[in-house]
Parts: sequence; structure tokens; C-alpha cells
Amino acid sequence: MSVGKTALRVIVGAVVVVVAIAAIIAWQQPGVLPSDPRAVVANPTTQVINTGEYLARAGDCVACHTAPGGREFAGGRAMPTPFGALYVPNITPDDETGIGQWTAEEFYRMMHTGVSRDGTLLYPAMPFASYTKVTRADSDAIYAYLMSVPPVKLKNRPHELRFPFNKRDLLIGWRTLYFQQGEYVPDPSQSPQWNRGAYLVQGLGHCSMCHTAVNALGGSSESQAFEGGMIPNQNWYAPSLTSNREAGLGNWEIKDITDLLQVGVSHRGTVYGPMAEVVYNSLQYLTDEDVTAMAVYLKALPQRDAEPPPTSQARLVQPEVMELGRKIYARQCAMCHGDEGKGFPPAYPPLAGNQSITMATPVNPVRMVLNGGYPPGTRKNPRPHGMPPFAHVLDDNEVSAVVTYIRVAWDNSGTPVTPAQANALRKLLPE
Amino acid sequence: MRPRACLFVAILVSCNVAVAQNEALPAFKQLDSMEARVQGCVTCHGQSGQGTSDGYFPRIAGKPAAYLYNQLVAFRDLSRKYPPMNYLVAYLPDAYLREIADHFSKQRPAFAPREQTAVDAATLERGRALATMGDPAKGIPPCISCHGATLTGMNPGIPGLVGLRSTYVAAQLVRWRVGDRHAAEPDCMKRIANRLSDVDVTAVASWLSRQEAPVDASPESSNLVRMPFACGSQQ
Repeated sequence: MSVGKTALRVIVGAVVVVVAIAAIIAWQQPGVLPSDPRAVVANPTTQVINTGEYLARAGDCVACHTAPGGREFAGGRAMPTPFGALYVPNITPDDETGIGQWTAEEFYRMMHTGVSRDGTLLYPAMPFASYTKVTRADSDAIYAYLMSVPPVKLKNRPHELRFPFNKRDLLIGWRTLYFQQGEYVPDPSQSPQWNRGAYLVQGLGHCSMCHTAVNALGGSSESQAFEGGMIPNQNWYAPSLTSNREAGLGNWEIKDITDLLQVGVSHRGTVYGPMAEVVYNSLQYLTDEDVTAMAVYLKALPQRDAEPPPTSQARLVQPEVMELGRKIYARQCAMCHGDEGKGFPPAYPPLAGNQSITMATPVNPVRMVLNGGYPPGTRKNPRPHGMPPFAHVLDDNEVSAVVTYIRVAWDNSGTPVTPAQANALRKLLPE
Repeated sequence: MRPRACLFVAILVSCNVAVAQNEALPAFKQLDSMEARVQGCVTCHGQSGQGTSDGYFPRIAGKPAAYLYNQLVAFRDLSRKYPPMNYLVAYLPDAYLREIADHFSKQRPAFAPREQTAVDAATLERGRALATMGDPAKGIPPCISCHGATLTGMNPGIPGLVGLRSTYVAAQLVRWRVGDRHAAEPDCMKRIANRLSDVDVTAVASWLSRQEAPVDASPESSNLVRMPFACGSQQ
């Protein structure tokens, strides 16, 4: 045996050993966790329940179906309406007091037609006029999720509605006037993104419950969709989503709309009051894609510019009122909102050019001065900046003067506010 | 008044005007700070939680963090009812409420002058007795047995009483008595409030509002004393 052959054998042997070791290492994968398909792809049941939980968030079921300090979805929350108090039912899967015995079919019938399992007609405080647009598949997912939450035994409390509103037969009339049954039909001339946004806004989001004016019968008409209105019993004004004089979003950047909806604060404005509740309980949990779709749809809503801005006559302010307002602003407001009303967005919203300050009704700015407010603490803004109440610091003259000032200063196009308007809201509000 | 805030206001309004209520005016140095975030509290509780001229709004500075946190959560979840507070904190998450509580628990602003309302000597003496010795015949332990020898409270859950005005203290005792205010069970304060007469409430609230604050206004540590009644907030 020659030296050369021996050397070759050693080299070949070494290579074999190295390859073998490498193979063993590759096979054993030290430090690499074994892949577990279950960790990535949930089983079908889990997927449906996850989807249902997400959709239940989008529908904000929890906000009404949970009493303050109560168990989730167990109902019992009093909902004051102009017609008396409604008590929201238990929707946990308890067999006796909840919806434990409902089938997915019955649940869909309730969502889609506003008729309960036992055939009674639901009061329209349940937004079935919006939920009717929800697909059967989405309804089934929400049903699966609700069946998966802990059942709570809590009997539904009867409504306390005044005559004649306690007669459910009247609802037949209401339904004829204001209810149109039917799932959302995509508009083929629009993008899938726009259609997704429309589906969420018109359906689960039930935005029209507040943003469309409600008349004396508690109905809202299709022709006035999203044109704004006072929210009954809450004394906040839900601005029109179709008027550039109110919350019309036609000239907003998509980023500002998604921030407002999902974060709660934006460079154009901030949510407070009932909208803060919606963001806190619902919108902050939606995916970026879904919130963007809603923003695209809302921005594209047809804008009415029909109503002219108020005339210079209507905007006329008495000099002494303006001066009082300016002094109060400088002393109490300018620290956070700036001398020029530009604010420090998104922490402190701008007042100059802010539609919620200048829109025809001064209810919201007066409320903010009286009560202050914190935007909701959200996943993307967990530590919001707040505004203090001034109800105990400023009298009606001062409140109306400073609100008048911010509505007309810096080329804002609002109109003056009277002390009587400030007083009317002060009396309605808890002190 | 803080020099910067004073300067700021002085540009537009006379600084003298501003001094009267300066502690209740919005002011902060840095936008991204707790100081700026808690501006929502200042018109009632003052810039550092020292309270304001309005007798009903309590001093919150230096109270134990866990006590303040419990109150914020109770206001948010409506188990303590005061509509302006319920409204303000309605949509704030636990972690942030804890941070707000921590912020005010660390503040040590000067105390407002003691209250000098007209109360007769006998009432004040009854208040002093209740606060420092209790009333064994009625089963009332003294305030200082839980709220601290110098009335600065006890960690983690018992608030300081020094620096509170009589209107606030009396209102809270009455609310406890009528079942409007609660603490974590076992609710020791409820047991006490139920034993107090109207005269007792006036007496103890008046006496407490006249006490001088100690140099160190920090709450006492919880392991120095055994408490006469079991309190849920201390467990």
C-alpha cells in the first residue's frame, strides 16, 4: 500500500465523517424547536371562533350587552331612550336565561330580520337595520363565538317603556317605514377595499345608529343616511359624515381617518364621548386593513356642499364677547391648544380648522369646555392626554364667550354661541 | 406659580390675575410627560394634586398609589359614583390608571392653609376624641389607628386625611353610611361609618380639616401596626 493511497483513504474517511456529522446536526437541528403545525394553523373550530370574536368586536356587541361592572355579554344594562328604559338581554349561552338554546339559524334570523327566537319583534335599539347586511357566514361565526363564552345565569329584566311604545305590535309599522331587510350587496363598480369598508360601516359597525338623524318615532330614513343628528339621551351631537361642514372626511388624509377610528387621536381631531366608547370597545381592535377599508369608504361618501357657510352677518360677534373669549382662551386654553389654535396634535387637538368646533350646532364644543374629556386609551395610544372640566371655573357667559371665540377665531367659519345654549347643556349634564 | 406658566400667561393677561388660581390652570413643561397627560385633572385637583380652592375636590397628592388606583378603577367601572369623574376615566385602561395613580402618589406639594370654619369647642373636642382615641362604647376605633399617627395614610390602600377639607370628609362618611360609597370587602370603613352619628361626622370632619400637616407627608408602612378592623384594601 502506497503512502498516496493511505493519504487518500484518510482524506476520504475524514470527509465521510464530516459529512456524517453535518447530516446528524442537520437532522437533529440543535436549538431549533420542532415545528408544530397546530401553532400556525388553528383547527376549523378555533378559526371560526376567532373570526367570530373579531366580528363581535366590529359589531361592538359588548358595549350594550354588558352592564357596568357586570359579566361580559350577560346583559342587564339599562338603555334610556326617549320612549322609556330598555334593558339589554343576556346573550351568553346560558340555556335558561341566555341564548344557549338558540341555533345558528335562529341567531341569523334575529340578526337579519329583527325577529327573536320566540317570534317577538325586536326594538330597534338592537341595530338589526344595520346587522341585516351581515352575511350568513359572519353571523354563524359570531354565533360560534358567543356559544364559546362562559354562560351566565342572569334573567332578563323587562323593559320599562311608556304606553304606547310598550306595544310591540307598533313595531310592524316602524318596520314598514324604516326597515329594509337584506344582506350587503357589493357594488361591482367599486374596489374590493371600498366594498369591505361599506360592509363594515353599514353592517356590523352600525354607524348610522348615531350618525343618521333619528326622528320622533325613533326611525331614520335612508335618504338622510349619515347626515348627522343628536344622540337621544346622551346629549352629544353625532356629526354628519357627508357634510364638509361637519365630519365629512372628503378632505382628510386616509391616515388621519384611520388614526381617528383606530387610535382615537389624529392630526385633524380627537374622539370623545360616545365615539370614544366605540373606539375603546370596538374599532381599536380592528386590523389595519379593515380600518383602512372603512376610511376609504367614508372618505368617498358623497359630500353635500349644498349648504353654504354661514353668512358674515350670522358670524357677527359683539366685540366685548370676543374680547372676553380671547382673554379666557389665553388664560385657560392656549397652553395646550396654542395661541393660534393649532394645538399639539395628536396629543392636544387643533381647534383652528377643526370641523367639530365650527359645525352648525355648538353642542360638542360646549360640552368639551364644560366637562373636558380623555380620548380612549387604545393599543396604539395607551396613554392619552386629557382636557380638564371648566364647568366649575367658568360661568355661562364665559363658556359661551370662549366657545364663540374658538368658533370664529383663526378664520374658523362657526357662529356665536349664547349663554342660554351653554346653560341648557350645563343643566343636562351630571355635576 | 411656575415661572414658565406665569411668563406664558403674562404675555396676554396680567400675571397678578393668574396667581389667584394658578394651581388650577393648565401648564406643563414637556408634551411627552405624565405632567402633560394629567392636565385633565388640574382644574379640580390642582397641578400637583394639592387640591384647589373648591372645598369639595380633595387633595390627592401623596396618597398611597394603590388607594388612588382603586379609586380610579372604581370611578371607571361605576362602583364609585361621581359623574364628572366617571365620565373622564370611562375609557382608560388599567395600566394607564396605575400610572396616573403613581404620578400623584409621588407628588409632595405644599399644603393649603388649615380650615378655619366656625365650629364650637365641644364639637371640636368630640372630633379630636374620635380621631385620636375613638369611642370604645360605640365600637369606633380612632382614625389614627389606620390612617397613620400623623394622618398621612398607610400603604397600600388607606388614604391620608390630612389636608382634606371638612365638606369632602363629611360627604364621604355620609356616602359610606347610605351605601353609596364602598371599599373592597371586608369594607372596614362601612363598619365605622355606620357607627357615626350626624354630630360625629361633623365633629370628626371639622377636627381633621384643622390639623397641621407633618413635615414628611408620606403614608406609613403597612407593617407597623395591627389594624382594629380587617380592611379589604389592605389584603
